[in-house]
Amino acid sequence: MAVMSATIGTAACKCSCGSNAGKLVDDRFPKLDAIIAKYKGKPGALIPVLHEAQQLFGCLSEDVQDRVASGLGISPSEVYGVSTFYSFFTLRPRGKWKIGVCLGTACYVRGAAEVVEALKKELDIPVNGTTKDGRFTLEVVRCLGACGLAPVMMIGDDVHGRVRPEQIPEILKEYR
Amino acid sequence: MDTARAKPKVKLTIDGREVEIEQGATVLEAARKAGIDIPTLCYHPAVGPSGACRVCIVEVEGARTLVASCVYPVAEGMVVRTNTAAVRAARKTVVELLIAGHPQDCLSCERNGKCELQALARNLGIRKVRYNISDKEHREPDTSSPSIVRNPDKCVLCGRCVTVCRDIQGVGALSFAYRGRRTLVTPSFEHGLGEAKCTSCGQCSAVCPVGAIVEKDDTGVVWDALDDPEKHVVVQVAPAVRAALGEEFGMPAGTPVTGKIAQALHMLGFDAVFDTQFAADLTIMEEGHEFIERLNRRGVLPLVTSCSPGWIRYCEQFHPEFLDHISTCKSPQQMMGAVIKSYYAKIKGIDPSKIFSVSIMPCTAKKYEAKRPEMRTSSAPSQDVDAVLTTRELARMIRAAGIDFANLEDGEFDSPLGISSGAGTIFGVTGGVMEAALRSVYEILTKKTLGDVRFEAVRGFDGVRHATIDIAGTQVRVAVVHGLGNAGRFLAGTEDSPDRYHFVEIMACPGGCICGGGQPISLDPAVRQLRASVLYREDERKPIRKSHENVEVRRLYDTFLGQPGSELAHRLLHTAYGPDAARLAREDRAHSAAFGRQPMSAAGV
Repeated sequence: MAVMSATIGTAACKCSCGSNAGKLVDDRFPKLDAIIAKYKGKPGALIPVLHEAQQLFGCLSEDVQDRVASGLGISPSEVYGVSTFYSFFTLRPRGKWKIGVCLGTACYVRGAAEVVEALKKELDIPVNGTTKDGRFTLEVVRCLGACGLAPVMMIGDDVHGRVRPEQIPEILKEYR
Repeated sequence: MDTARAKPKVKLTIDGREVEIEQGATVLEAARKAGIDIPTLCYHPAVGPSGACRVCIVEVEGARTLVASCVYPVAEGMVVRTNTAAVRAARKTVVELLIAGHPQDCLSCERNGKCELQALARNLGIRKVRYNISDKEHREPDTSSPSIVRNPDKCVLCGRCVTVCRDIQGVGALSFAYRGRRTLVTPSFEHGLGEAKCTSCGQCSAVCPVGAIVEKDDTGVVWDALDDPEKHVVVQVAPAVRAALGEEFGMPAGTPVTGKIAQALHMLGFDAVFDTQFAADLTIMEEGHEFIERLNRRGVLPLVTSCSPGWIRYCEQFHPEFLDHISTCKSPQQMMGAVIKSYYAKIKGIDPSKIFSVSIMPCTAKKYEAKRPEMRTSSAPSQDVDAVLTTRELARMIRAAGIDFANLEDGEFDSPLGISSGAGTIFGVTGGVMEAALRSVYEILTKKTLGDVRFEAVRGFDGVRHATIDIAGTQVRVAVVHGLGNAGRFLAGTEDSPDRYHFVEIMACPGGCICGGGQPISLDPAVRQLRASVLYREDERKPIRKSHENVEVRRLYDTFLGQPGSELAHRLLHTAYGPDAARLAREDRAHSAAFGRQPMSAAGV
């Protein structure tokens, strides 16, 4: 039932955990240790540590979480609990471009669901999936505060308004 | 509770009755004091309140909403109503919602008839559930642990297991993950408990209100062995079992059922019924010898007891730097297992491979311990102990066999491995191993007879207890620790350095084996004291109260083992723990073969 398997973090761990000593060492782990040291002992240290760890690694893989747990002196299950509670945290690596399609009421009534379907088809991934080439992650979000442009989606920091399903291949071209 | 007694009292009214209670108490505590039973689900006296389930809601005059009485503090002049129409309706809704997300397979559930959710539904008169959560995500049961099975589908998210594992045991194998309706109690990354840092102590299974965490049921293999005419089926019973099994059959907590257990096991068809207390006496001979040797030869001190496999696993996983301190003695269960398939097989002329060895334990970790590879030492190809049943599983077998346990006549344990001293009996309660060891070590080292065999200083339920005992001019400092959370704090040395002690007893479960993870499930806070009193009373009544006076243990040494610490004793009764335990055990044996051990008999035994 493990959620993740092959991620950047796992590959890194095999080098740093000692069992495969001699192989390439991931220099992000010493950086993670420094992040942990910065917050250790402060109340509520876990969330800022996870926040920075995710920036560093792109996601919170099991090895990253185990390192955070032992570094902060809490159990791995507690770290897992927090990392799965907040939707900001992700356990799998996300694509270079995050696509967020708004499914808020206004967007929904103006056909956002069809936009999602078109994206799924075009990218060949489910919602919350990431393309094999690591380029796109598809997510659905609630109101983006641009209801006048409904249906709205964001790719990275770009806002695309009044999106029609048939425009999807053209829009994605810019990001390929 | 001394601090609570000093607190000022407040008066409040609950259901028209005036109640006086210490400030800081909860409404639930006040109500129970007044004899008013507010139903609860997430609250457990040994775990504490969390206010998660809302079953215990009551009306408090002036409060905006119904409040959870388990976490709501009392106040002077407060007026509480526990049984109004609004309370009953809300409570019913809460329980209906819990049931709506719960599988409706009570008839085939391990906890059928002993489930707190079932009891709530019964007591609240729920006849119809208005809600239905049909799209709840199904998860397969986690059977990766040799000791414990988790069934997340049955979980009601009360949080007891999370709290007991993290706060009381200091392990934190389980936490809440995800949120809202996807919330799940799980080890990190949804690994099985078998792959997580879990000590197998089973305290989670002892506090689970439903069938979401249960002991791994091994009754099937035991029934098969009993039905196999080729097998000579032998059973041993741990001391703590006799202090609690009666509770499974409606007998009041604190009822000793030693004789009834022996009788029931004979009726179930076991060929020989032995007492783990014999092996407890044997443990004292070996561990006492080891202690004297470490004391005299300036070996690694403190020596720490090794009877509790949950503690061993905890030390291996969380404090490997402390492993040198742990006694090389196997636990009584494993000593008994090794003796049954060697000594007993020899004197009875039975092929050890025909023996099926069962143990009845208060403990889920013992299931795991029996499977450890370094525990296969006898000549038989199988495990030294083939199957381990918890007290709860034995109760299940007795019920299935139609035995009227509460009205059984007393039976006897069989010779020779059913003979034990009172020192062996008290192994089942925190401090008991230490007291038993002190009785023997004192007499061996001083060559004097103890006037009073009781060592009151090591008794009781304080998390860490210590004493200094003058033994032949040496001030021997001992400590007794129970509960893994206490053990963790003790080893961290925050209050007191572990290095200043000579001998330390550590038990994984709070209270010791009497409150082990495999014991009958109880919500009665008095149960610990009542079970302990069974063992202490039984000790008082025993004609022999010191392990080194057990005649059958002496015979075992005279005719088979030689002396404590002998090469054969090491091969059968000792082991080593750690990341590479099997290798260490081999080295330990090689060491004793090369250098021998000072015989304990030289000191007059």
